[in-house]
Amino acid sequence: MKTPDMIEKEAREVLASMPETLSPKDRAAIPHMDMPTQDPKERIRNMSEVALGYTEEEALVEASRCLQCKNKPCVAGCPVGIDIPGFISRIAEKDYSGALSVIQCSSLLPSICGRVCPQENQCQKFCTVGKMKKDVDQAVGIGRLERFVADHEAESASVPEVAPETGKRVAIVGSGPASIACAADVRRAGHSVTVFEALHKMGGVLSYGIPEFRLPKRLVEKELSKLEAMGIRFERNVLVGRTRTIRELMEEDGYDAVFVGTGAGLPKFMGIPGEDLVSVFSANEYLTRSNLMKAYDTEHSLTPYFHSHRVAVFGGGNVAMDAARTALRLGAETVDIIYRRSREEMPARKEEIEHAVEEGCNLRLLSQPVEILGDENGIVKGVVIRRCELGEPDASGRRSPVEIPGSDYTVDYDTVIVSIGNASNPLIKKTTPEIETNRRGNFIVNEETCETSLKGVYAGGDIVLGAATVILAMGQGRKAAAAINEYLKAGK
Amino acid sequence: MYRIVRKEQLSEEVFLMEIEAPMIARERKAGQFVIIQKGGDYNERIPLTIADADPERGTITIVFQRVGASTYLLAELGEGDAFENVLGPLGTPTHIENYGRVVCVGGGIGVAPLFPIAQAMKAAGNDVRIIIGARNRELIIEEDRMRTIDPDLTIVTDDGSYGEKGVVTVPLERMLSEGGVDHVVSIGPAIMMKFCTKTAEKYDVPITVSLNSIMIDGTGMCGGCRVDIGGEMKFVCVDGPEFDGHLVNWDNLMMRQRTYKAQEKEDYDKCRGGICGKLGLR
Repeated sequence: MKTPDMIEKEAREVLASMPETLSPKDRAAIPHMDMPTQDPKERIRNMSEVALGYTEEEALVEASRCLQCKNKPCVAGCPVGIDIPGFISRIAEKDYSGALSVIQCSSLLPSICGRVCPQENQCQKFCTVGKMKKDVDQAVGIGRLERFVADHEAESASVPEVAPETGKRVAIVGSGPASIACAADVRRAGHSVTVFEALHKMGGVLSYGIPEFRLPKRLVEKELSKLEAMGIRFERNVLVGRTRTIRELMEEDGYDAVFVGTGAGLPKFMGIPGEDLVSVFSANEYLTRSNLMKAYDTEHSLTPYFHSHRVAVFGGGNVAMDAARTALRLGAETVDIIYRRSREEMPARKEEIEHAVEEGCNLRLLSQPVEILGDENGIVKGVVIRRCELGEPDASGRRSPVEIPGSDYTVDYDTVIVSIGNASNPLIKKTTPEIETNRRGNFIVNEETCETSLKGVYAGGDIVLGAATVILAMGQGRKAAAAINEYLKAGK
Repeated sequence: MYRIVRKEQLSEEVFLMEIEAPMIARERKAGQFVIIQKGGDYNERIPLTIADADPERGTITIVFQRVGASTYLLAELGEGDAFENVLGPLGTPTHIENYGRVVCVGGGIGVAPLFPIAQAMKAAGNDVRIIIGARNRELIIEEDRMRTIDPDLTIVTDDGSYGEKGVVTVPLERMLSEGGVDHVVSIGPAIMMKFCTKTAEKYDVPITVSLNSIMIDGTGMCGGCRVDIGGEMKFVCVDGPEFDGHLVNWDNLMMRQRTYKAQEKEDYDKCRGGICGKLGLR
């Protein structure tokens, strides 16, 4: 693994020997710049960000690798259609504020998306450089460049302009990525916007879910303060469905339209014996304790957390990686990530898996937990694991795990974190039965407008998509905002 | 901010606070709870049942016991101080109907949240009988208000320092054996609710209990409050807090409640010893 110093030195050398004008062949020969990261041994003892971000030199080298393809295959891979070659060419010209303007035409939260988007499955998957090298890891580091621009221009980012007040009022339920995107676009059109959040901090999954070491909370706060500067009102401690219902918001409180972006917040459990033992946590609980209630900061926070030695994390997604890496930082001696397929099928981002492994998390693959064992105090003492092999591809397109009979074995653990996904929270559905939902409890919306079956009520993000990504949620928030603005213009 | 307009120390470790929260005061129904948080950026969220509400004044009343560092911090606050965060009303309201005769059994600080339920049961036309219990006379709370509902209420203390000596199941059993009881409501420590349930079971009388589990968000997101109700996993925050006592897996509930006991005790002792530095306390 290269240290940050080594990467920086490499960038300087490449820049010094780079010709004035570059042929496509020259560009393709420029080495891909690794992301400088904190040393794994160091970083598991702190909560600071793991990926340090490109220096200017590193960004310039990486930007010169872009071939500026005429057909822009990368743009088609971006859920919000950022003009990727456009912003990268401005980086190469050292016009960083110009680069940010290009991104901001399509995305509101580049500092966040640059960090948490699964680029290898989106823009970078289609990058010509990656295709030429037959390795998606060799694609232009689009996400890293996006982050560089956002961080470099952090101080100069301006507050979007707001049209004259229309007198129309819109309620946004939840304050995660879909809601943030929707709120901003609706406000820009001059409508009054109030965002209702149940928790005591805004940001949804960006605040309670994604850990500090992957997404520093100061960035989330900064983005939110921009929304406040636009005149968007934040109401914390309001659980729509309990404190107020959607109907009350519209009929009594005078909101002309509502956007529901309440996310996928109902943790799934495996349904195996022992899941009700004391030291078994959902990833949501484990992460919320640490992120939202700052249990890791024992200097300042009174939030208790379970002091674990041997941790088993069930699941192979990004949330599982976050939970595993949080457990290490909270002092666990060993952390096993137990997943029933092989590493290739893991839904987590490749980089997150790599970081977890670098930090010492152990991948226990082709393994299915079948029972959690407890001691006389109800504390976990082990997990019975059944070996699996890969069978035929299933509906998800991934090869399905097939349990091997008689292969059970037991491993000692004192903590289990269940991270096998989230379903949609049933509260709004329960209190607003007029909104149609599918079998899984996701809201059914018009694909073009994100409108639900209840007039004037729109929805987007994980409450519609099931557990998806930040950028897809943002895309839906913007789509809904456009439809809400149309709806309000038409005067209901 | 949610200002504290009244504070009373009900016993050595039990405190009552009336807090400004107009929207919650207006919307809340018997049996619902709030989550309060002091500290903003830091610290945990604490679920507490709403003991009373005054929609005119825009206030709700909570009663809590000092058990760990977080509740220690709460108890240090006084009138005029404020909580950064109060979320509610949470949970499914108590199912109120005219059963006929209802016995309401409260233990320790469980007596406080029992009051609005007893009140609503009375208002629905029930003949309400009340039993309240505690370890000793000092720990009996809310006696006067409870007497407004049942002037002949029964008081029980473990040490006999007030009322009958013994546990609440003794008068409960007496009432059940006399017959005519249509429903029991029980709120208090899990162990007490467990034995009230066993007693009611003997006489085949339905019992409603209010569970107090570990909880973070109160919206169904963390699953920390999951309980086993008749073999099914339920979340106290959204499916409860009240359940049919006969279906509750009490041993599992009590086991899970102990998750942070050791830390709670250690933090509490530190606070008592005056070394809870992060609280900024003496």
